[in-house]
Amino acid sequence: MKFLRGNAACPGCPIPKELDALLEVTGKKTVLVVPASCTTVIMGDTTGMPSTVPVVHSAFAASPAIASGISASLRSKGEKDYSVVVWAGDGGTGDIGFASLSGAAERNEDIIYVCYDNEAYMNTGIQRSGLTPYGAWTTTTPSGKREFKKPLPMIVAEHNVPYVATASVAYIFDYQNKVKKAKEIKGFRYIHLLSPCPPGWRYDSSLTIEIAKLAVETGIWPLYEIENGEFRLTSISKVLIDKDKRKPVESYIKYQGRFAKLSAEDIKKLQDYVDEMWEQIKGLIKK
Amino acid sequence: MQVVRGKVLALVGNHAVAYAVKQAKPQVLAVYPITPQTTMLEKLSEYVDKGELKAEMIKVESEHSAMASIYGAAVSGSRVFTATSSQGLLYMTEMIYWVGGQRAPIVAAIATRAIASPWSIWDDHQDFVSKRDAIWIQMMAENVQDAYDMTLQAFKISEDKRVVLPVMMGFDGFILTHTMERVETLPDNVVDSFIPPRQFNLIDFDNPLGVGPIATPDKYIEFRYKAMQAMERSKNVIKEVAKEYEDISGRNQYGLTECYMCDDAEFLLIAMGAWVGDIRVAVNRMRNEGKKVGLLKIRVFRPFPKEEVNDILKGRKGALVFDRAYSFGSGGVLGIETRANAYGLDTPIYNVIAGLGGKDVRPMEIQKITEDMIEGKLENERWLL
Ligand SMILES: Cc1ncc(C[n+]2csc(CCOP(=O)(O)OP(=O)(O)O)c2C)c(N)n1
Ligand code: SF4
Repeated sequence: MKFLRGNAACPGCPIPKELDALLEVTGKKTVLVVPASCTTVIMGDTTGMPSTVPVVHSAFAASPAIASGISASLRSKGEKDYSVVVWAGDGGTGDIGFASLSGAAERNEDIIYVCYDNEAYMNTGIQRSGLTPYGAWTTTTPSGKREFKKPLPMIVAEHNVPYVATASVAYIFDYQNKVKKAKEIKGFRYIHLLSPCPPGWRYDSSLTIEIAKLAVETGIWPLYEIENGEFRLTSISKVLIDKDKRKPVESYIKYQGRFAKLSAEDIKKLQDYVDEMWEQIKGLIKK
Repeated sequence: MQVVRGKVLALVGNHAVAYAVKQAKPQVLAVYPITPQTTMLEKLSEYVDKGELKAEMIKVESEHSAMASIYGAAVSGSRVFTATSSQGLLYMTEMIYWVGGQRAPIVAAIATRAIASPWSIWDDHQDFVSKRDAIWIQMMAENVQDAYDMTLQAFKISEDKRVVLPVMMGFDGFILTHTMERVETLPDNVVDSFIPPRQFNLIDFDNPLGVGPIATPDKYIEFRYKAMQAMERSKNVIKEVAKEYEDISGRNQYGLTECYMCDDAEFLLIAMGAWVGDIRVAVNRMRNEGKKVGLLKIRVFRPFPKEEVNDILKGRKGALVFDRAYSFGSGGVLGIETRANAYGLDTPIYNVIAGLGGKDVRPMEIQKITEDMIEGKLENERWLL
C-alpha cells in the first residue's frame, strides 16, 4: 500500500483501500480530518502513524468545523495546492455532525468532505444510524430498522455546493475520477462513498468488493455526480436507468446477515424504494 | 524600557476586548452570538469588514463549531480568538476539553453569565468555573482596563514555548461588557513587539504528524502529566509577562493575585472578578472605622495560586471568600479552593454565596457580613438572598 503502511482495520475492510485511492489523487499536500469512527482506530495510536499525510483527529461532531479552520488558516498563510479532507463515517456525517456539516456546506468552505458510509455506528459495535437502510439488523434495531435511509448526498446538494458525488469502492476509477474533479474545484465538495463492512453487515470478508458492486448493479446505490447543480449518472449506473438492466435488490441483500430476517413484504418495500429513487433520478436528468 | 502611552479611549468592556484582539492580529476568528458577548462579535465583524483586521472570520453555525474551527486553525499555525458566554460555553465544552488536551494556543474571552435553567442573562461565575478541569489557564478581570490588558497578555502567555496552553479571559457579563470606562491602550507598534507573530505549526506536509490520535493508558497519563507541568510552569510565565507589561504600560497590578491592605490585616476578604471593586470600597470604609481588614484578589483561577494564597492566609484571624458560583452538594467554588489550600493552617475560612444570576450586592452588605465574621457571628456558609 502506498499511503497506509500497516493499520488496524478488520480483515476485508475497504477503508484502507479507499483512503489509499483518495490520497493517490490528492497527494502529499493533504490534511485529513478524522472524527471518532473506525478510521480513528485504523489510524493507530500515538506511537505510530499509518498515514503519510498530516492527520488531525477530531471530536465526533466537529470535523467540518475543524477542517474549516485548517482551510482558513492555510489560506491566510498563502499556502497553495493543498487539500483539506474530512474523512468521516455515516454517523459522524448524517447524525451528530450534521449541523456542522450543513454549516460548512452553507458557508461553502474550501474543503473536500468524504463520508464513507458503512450504514451504522461500527466503531461502537454496530448500532443504527440515520443512514442505516430499511430492514437492516443492528444491535439497536434487533428486528430490523423501520425507517429508510437519510438521503444525505441530496440533502448536501440542496445546499447549492459546487460538487456532490456518490461512489463505491468496487468502481475505484469512477471514485478516483470524482476525487480528481473535486480536487480541481474550490469550495465545498462532497463525496458519499458506500463502504461495506464485513462484521457489521454480516458477510464473509472475502466478499467486500462483490457486495459493493452488487449495491451499484441492483441500483440501491446509484453512482452520480452533481456539478454546479447539474445531475449526471456515471459509470455503469448510466445504463441502469432502464429498470430491466437492474438486478433485483434480493441479489444484493441475500449475502448479508443483517438482512437475513427480512420478510417478503420487507423485500418488496426495499425494491419499491429503489424503483422510486430511480423515478426521481429520471426527473433530475431531464432538468 | 520606556513607557509609551497609547490612546486613551472610552470603551465598553466588549469593545475594549475587541480592540485588544484587533491589535493582537489573529489570523483566524470564529465567534457565535450570545448575550452579553454579542457586541464584541459585532465589533470584530466590523473590523474585519473594514479591513482594519486582516483575519479570516469563520461565521460558524454554533459554539461547538466556533471552538472546533479555531482549534483547526491553531494547530495549523494561526493565532486565533473566540468569545462566548453561559450556554455557549457549555455547548462548547466538548471542544474546550479537546483543545486543552491538545494544548492548542487559543485565546477565548468569556463574558461570564449565569447558566439556565431558569433562564438568566445576568452575571455570575458558574459558566467560567465549570471549565476548571479542562487544561485551560483561566483569569478574571476586575474592570474594563483589566479586560483590555489581560487579553493582550493572554496571547503572550498562551503562545509562550514553556506554556503552550489555551487561555480564557473572564470578565463579568454586563457589569464589564456593557459598562463604559476609561481605557489606556497601547500603541499598535508596542503591541506588535509585545506579541510578535506566532511560531508554531503542527501541520507540516514534509513531516506529517497525527494530532490527537488514540493514546494507550501509559501514553495518556504521560500527556496529562506534561500538561500538569506546563500549568505549573505557567505561573512564572504569567508573572514574567506581567512584569514585561508593567514595563511597557506602567500598570503593575498584574500577577497571579493582588493583595490590597493586606500587610497588617487580621481578616481577609477573598474574591475574583468585577465585584472586587465593591469589596475594595467596603474595605476602605472599614479601614476608616479602624477595622483591620484586607482584600485578596484572585486574578488567575487556573493554575490556582496555591502557594500565594496559602502564604497570605497564614496567621490571619479569619478569611471570608465571596463566591458567585456554587458546586451543589459541596460549597462555593472559590471557597472550596481556598479551604483546600488552607489545610493545616489555623485560619478559619468562611464562605458567602451571593450575586448569583446578577443579584446585586452592595458594599453595605459586604461590610455587614464582614462585621459578622469579626464578631464571631458568621456560620461556615451563608447565602445572601
Ligand atoms: C460525542 C460523542 N458521542 C459518542 C461517541 C462514541 N462514538 C465513537 S465512534 C462512534 C460511531 C461512529 O460511527 P460512524 O460515524 O458511522 O463511523 P464508523 O465507526 O462506522 O466508521 C460513536 C457513537 C463519541 N466519540 N463522541
Ligand atoms: S468494523 Fe467495519 S468499517 Fe470498521 S474497521 Fe471493521 S470492517 Fe472496517
